Amino acid sequence: MSAPRPGGYAQAAADAIRNHPEVRSAVTAATRTFDTHRVEAWKEIDSDRWRDWARDVKQNVLTHLDRYLEEAEARLTQRGAHVHWAENASEALDLLARITERHGVKRVVKAKSMLTEELGVNASLEARGIRVRETDLGEYIIQLLGQPPSHIVGPAIHLSVDDCRRLFHERFGTPLDATPDALAAEARRALRADFLAADLGISGGNFLAADTGTLALIENEGNIRLSTSTPRVHVAFVGLEKLVPRLADLSGFLQLTSRSATGQAIGTFVSLITGPRRTGEPDGPEELHVILVDNGRTRVLADTKAWEALRCVRCGSCLNICPVYRQTGGHPYGYTYSGPIGAILAPGLLGLEEAMPLPFASSLCGACADVCPVRIPIPDLLLYWRERAVEAGLVPGLERAGMKAYAAAAERPALFGAAAASLRHIPWDRGGRALPVLGAWTGERTPPAVSPTSFRALWKKGIE
Amino acid sequence: MRVALFATCLGDRLFADACADAVRLLRHLGVTVEFPRGQTCCGQPAHNAGHVDEARRMARHTLDVFADAEYVVLPSGSCAGMLRHTYPGLLEGAHADQARLLAGRTFELSQFVVEVLGVTDLGDGLEGRRVAYHHGCHALRSLRIHDEPLALLRGAGAQVLPWEADQECCGFGGLFSVKLPVVSAGMADRKLDTLPPVDVVTSSDGGCLMQLSGRAGRRGEAIPFRHLASLLWEAVS
Repeated sequence: MSAPRPGGYAQAAADAIRNHPEVRSAVTAATRTFDTHRVEAWKEIDSDRWRDWARDVKQNVLTHLDRYLEEAEARLTQRGAHVHWAENASEALDLLARITERHGVKRVVKAKSMLTEELGVNASLEARGIRVRETDLGEYIIQLLGQPPSHIVGPAIHLSVDDCRRLFHERFGTPLDATPDALAAEARRALRADFLAADLGISGGNFLAADTGTLALIENEGNIRLSTSTPRVHVAFVGLEKLVPRLADLSGFLQLTSRSATGQAIGTFVSLITGPRRTGEPDGPEELHVILVDNGRTRVLADTKAWEALRCVRCGSCLNICPVYRQTGGHPYGYTYSGPIGAILAPGLLGLEEAMPLPFASSLCGACADVCPVRIPIPDLLLYWRERAVEAGLVPGLERAGMKAYAAAAERPALFGAAAASLRHIPWDRGGRALPVLGAWTGERTPPAVSPTSFRALWKKGIE
Repeated sequence: MRVALFATCLGDRLFADACADAVRLLRHLGVTVEFPRGQTCCGQPAHNAGHVDEARRMARHTLDVFADAEYVVLPSGSCAGMLRHTYPGLLEGAHADQARLLAGRTFELSQFVVEVLGVTDLGDGLEGRRVAYHHGCHALRSLRIHDEPLALLRGAGAQVLPWEADQECCGFGGLFSVKLPVVSAGMADRKLDTLPPVDVVTSSDGGCLMQLSGRAGRRGEAIPFRHLASLLWEAVS
């Protein structure tokens, strides 16, 4: 099976909606719960001010990114971490390969990380005979199923409890009516052995504080802490945009991210990692490697419109509120990041042509902008990429020609009125063959009821 | 007070009666209504699909048509949002200045009645009527209109029923509805699946009503949909 790509979105989304209604039910229910919790959690803070602050701090970081990156590198190095720079996925994977080879690594445990999904870390390790175990419960479940994450925060959001019961029954022989707690206990038992046997732990990083070189990780299960402290070596993949200027800024960002993602005041576990194990310390890895990853980010940074997307803290709140995302979950997007944020990150990170049609996978309802904790103007950026797609000739020629003709008519009211009048005579139900746009409407909906007389004509006659 | 009605392209052909009801309502409230004949389309279908040059042409045309209007009122939150929030950033130079002036005098119908005319009590013509109100996305999130239509409906005696998905997108989205028809229809299904039993479903936006009624029709459901302008006129009469 070839890897899914954004180009398959329309077909994959239609397939999910028509043939897997259970996915829509699971995703809609879970995202609505996430969002309800976010609403409650935002009520406890002055959310407008917090969001202004978070936007401004991130904007500052991105404006002076070169300086903050060098500061972070210096601090990390002082504290005994190894800092590496990866321009793209293959460089990042090569760096990891060198580390695993040097340490003779056979078994890896992984904390949930979207960046490692973006880079294809698991496949790369497995191709070299290294066993990789995802340790976040949701990630563990989808790893067993061989699926990519369907949501930034809840990777198995598209599955129901019954789906998990069946999976665990087949794999571990748990009863088909096992409680969620019993399933979690089974996963914990299996994962415990993996933690203890692992030579190397991999994580991402929610934030990296430049002034102290502190890596911050938020989680609820404790698996990140175990993955980053039990094995001899810890490798953290961190996107360039994950910096914050100061350790003190983490207080606000950790809370705002948790409140926006799950509605918690803060995640159950927060790990602040400032280097490998020091002499006399009882735990922690012997070696800490931080791989700072570009993979398209500096290209986005150079784009005076698109760069705003780099403020993203990966909370998933825009997915949770998105009526388009709720229809299908993340898989049809064919990209690591789905939903509204995925639709504006993909064109920047993958390139616009490769990302098509994701910028068009939105009704522009604007709900995402209202819930973004760093105030990314997502609908404006969707429009920006659409404009670029039209310029680049990535939309159908018929649409382009139709729009030109429409605009020309709109400048000539008499012509426009005459054309509008002809709407009444369109053979809607037979029109699909001549004009695909009509077929696309009537395939799912009855034709619109055209008024017998236009308003223009009613006005001329006089309105009583 | 003079109001230039912008019927909108959709209103002119698909909601002609609702536009006529808007005229009746405004006249009833003591407003002189004009209908600048040169009006066509605000350009939103082009703008939302990324055809910015075409959207600019239509925006400039619309600016010219409504240059002399004291107020511009639209029976559409979506098109009103286009004039108020999109034009000033879309156009440049003198056109942008003109657009900012126009933005300040442009209103969606219910917003105009409540905000400018200061009227919330139209009559009691909707007494006992069970209504579901769909908040069009641009009315709600671009113009921040929420209470105005509800106040007018309730003021006329209507019972506006709670609707779980009342603020969620119907799935229309202009060309979105035909570029991704199955996703679009799925979104309408979510609206219809959660709809409470009502006498009528209404909204400030014809596009949303066309989408929801079209989907309900395809599902074989006989749900009455009416444009807000018509219900508000009914409230008076």
